[in-house]
Amino acid sequence: MKVRVLFFAALREQVGVGSEEIELPGDASTVGALRERLASRGGEWRSALAEGKLLRCAVNQDIASSSATIQAGDEVAFFPPVTGG
Amino acid sequence: MKIVIQREDFDCGAEIESVAAGNPKVGAVASFVGLVRDVNDDAAVRTMTLEHYPGMTEREIAKIVEEARGRWDVIDCTVIHRIGELRPTDRVVLVTVASGHRGDAFAACEFIMDYLKTRAPFWKKEKTAEGGRWVEARASDDEAAGRWREPIAEPKKVG
Repeated sequence: MKVRVLFFAALREQVGVGSEEIELPGDASTVGALRERLASRGGEWRSALAEGKLLRCAVNQDIASSSATIQAGDEVAFFPPVTGG
Repeated sequence: MKIVIQREDFDCGAEIESVAAGNPKVGAVASFVGLVRDVNDDAAVRTMTLEHYPGMTEREIAKIVEEARGRWDVIDCTVIHRIGELRPTDRVVLVTVASGHRGDAFAACEFIMDYLKTRAPFWKKEKTAEGGRWVEARASDDEAAGRWREPIAEPKKVG
């Protein structure tokens, strides 16, 4: 299945990508599994997305935990804690 | 309810006048305006660039405003947040709440700001003499938002 993944702010700069389409095996996955998959690319990906790095995630523009389910066509965003206002 | 993300500056006076304009139930309008400071964490700030997650930002702010409406008497509300490159003294954000009474207007305005700072997907990057740096999230902002989870006293119906 295909999902759209977005990266913002310091994380976007670190991995050098703002958005990409990713092909995942199966019909469903989780935020945590996607994060591990991205981290397994190594290099900057691993240091940016490694477990323990404080990151937030949203699925279809709603804040989601690492156990949240993702399905084909979903928009999944990873980003650092927010600093607006 | 008006929620706008924009590059341009805004006119505070016009926004305060237009929130719930002509509604005789409004007895109080409370506002907060956030500005760019020239110093942050002991370094002189030349510019501050705001990035956001288009779509989610508006949704998150709408949720926060809905939550405020559930807690207090909010007749109308305007939230404007700027993005792009800003300089010290520039306005960043405006929250204006119209209510029947000042207690609700003040509380809802502060609540919306506290939640906006910890939940709306905006990120600041500062440029100082040493180059660019992403602003780190502050624990004090989480604490400010967290205190609204405690049971709160009913605002006094005066004013």
